[in-house]
Amino acid sequence: MKKLSSTLPNMVIVLTLTTVLAGFLLGLVNSVTEAPRQKVANDKRISSLQSVVAEFNNEPLAEAVKIEIAEGDSVVVYPTRIDGALTGAAIESVTHEGFSGDITLMVGFDLNGALIGYEVTKHAETPGLGSKMNEWFRGEGARNVIGLTPGTEGLKVTKDKGQVDAITAATISSRAFLDAINRAANAWNIYLTNNN
Amino acid sequence: MLEYIAIIVSAIFVNNVVFAQFLGICPFLGVSSRLKDAVGMGMAVTVVMVIATLVTSLLQIGVLEPFGLGYMQTILFILVIAALVQMLEIIIKKIAPALYVALGVFLPLITTNCAVLGVAILVTQKGMNLGESLVYAFATAIGFTMALVIFAGIREQLELSNVARPMRGVPIALIVAGILAMAFMGFAGV
Amino acid sequence: MKFLKTIYNSAVVENPTFVLLLGMCPTLGTTSSAINGLSMGLATMLVLICSNCVISAIKNLVPDKVRIPVYIVVIATFVTLLQLLIQAYAPAIDESLGIFIPLIVVNCVLLGRAEAFASRHNVVDSMADGVGAGLGFTVALTLLGACREFLGTGSIATLQIFPESWGALLFVLAPGAFIMLGFLIAIYRSIKD
Repeated sequence: MKKLSSTLPNMVIVLTLTTVLAGFLLGLVNSVTEAPRQKVANDKRISSLQSVVAEFNNEPLAEAVKIEIAEGDSVVVYPTRIDGALTGAAIESVTHEGFSGDITLMVGFDLNGALIGYEVTKHAETPGLGSKMNEWFRGEGARNVIGLTPGTEGLKVTKDKGQVDAITAATISSRAFLDAINRAANAWNIYLTNNN
Repeated sequence: MLEYIAIIVSAIFVNNVVFAQFLGICPFLGVSSRLKDAVGMGMAVTVVMVIATLVTSLLQIGVLEPFGLGYMQTILFILVIAALVQMLEIIIKKIAPALYVALGVFLPLITTNCAVLGVAILVTQKGMNLGESLVYAFATAIGFTMALVIFAGIREQLELSNVARPMRGVPIALIVAGILAMAFMGFAGV
Repeated sequence: MKFLKTIYNSAVVENPTFVLLLGMCPTLGTTSSAINGLSMGLATMLVLICSNCVISAIKNLVPDKVRIPVYIVVIATFVTLLQLLIQAYAPAIDESLGIFIPLIVVNCVLLGRAEAFASRHNVVDSMADGVGAGLGFTVALTLLGACREFLGTGSIATLQIFPESWGALLFVLAPGAFIMLGFLIAIYRSIKD
């Protein structure tokens, strides 16, 4: 077959055809994979949610609320209930204070504002620091944050005259971690005030 | 104002596009053997990156998001960048022939410079607004130019030194880039 | 026989990473572990085989002056398809490769092979070239990932060989990528000589 010559109509027709075909194909696959992709995102939320809060039998994802903690700065709260009665919440909190980018945490609180669990869901710190954060702040003594009540004061590392021991050689990441916790606590307080 | 400064410092030093994000490595290795070429390439990338980010951000806000066409992002952005590069080439040739002589050879190479597409996609992923996106694109391009110029300066010296045969050329250049990346890591946490 | 020869030629003699030095960004950016390198390599290979076949099949229908935009559309379509499928069925890969999946579009290996090979050869040969160049790329990325992971954390593909605390974390970080690749290219050259 002879090669199509580069006349204007030829070029326009070929380019348009390719783009339309490509768009059609992508649209098709997009609609087919829509449901599984949505499910993946939800499954991930649910599993990190379950690991940070006590039992619940509602659907926290369906009840998600955005709480504004400062102007233009909001945090998502997933309230957990047993038979309709509020038992606490899992809160997805992001901090920009990280050593190299954002750190995202899922934090669980009970009704008194005490921290009952946390999980690092996303971070860009030095490789390995994510799992380190997941272990360290659950450890023995002053490094433990589980059970503490950040309240409106917030938690701080001991270096900043606070109560939590920072990860050895990772003070900045530890500060960022506590910042994310404090933001979550803040949102939880606002949520509780709004709903009482 | 403060957040713009934070974006600039972060994009130029802390998260340098070449040394920390590994974008735009091909031109970084390809046109860094002479200082003059490095400056030309850096300028061409700066122009394209800022304009491309402006256009793609507008398209993202104005077309892709309202119509739920997020999945067309990659294809649309790369076409915009390719068309833009062609247009710039024609315009510069017409109005500034002198500049064309300096930048012309680098322009076609920019279509496949992943830093341009990378920045266009990154600003939408980070949810930056138009102003922030433009500042980020400009600062990233400056970071790229700076990396390129520093590296070219070192490579010119490297030409004169005696290097083991298999290491000559690209391998030793990569190791130098590694040491530079180490230096740039020092900016993290500032 | 010719099929195998094309594969060998594209994978070893013209290895995209060690000889042609194409596609450096994903090579450096995604090889912090052997698994990451392997998945990036396979993803690229898949797109490369598909785009090579399609481009070779339509080469006579595309006027010369618009061939680059058409090639880019073809490549971008396959990349987006792959991205959607990975997000839906292999979310772990999506997380570790991040922005480098859409950036397969500007991987010079793809456009390079389209322009230098697929636009001049028939579908079968182009497919062989795609397999070859893809394999060469995948092996190079996996090797680089394995070396970095081993020196940095003492394990290969999560199999622990020496304690993690003995590793030089530097190799997992950005500088290690440049340095390791430099050494690998030098080693490849001295073996070939």
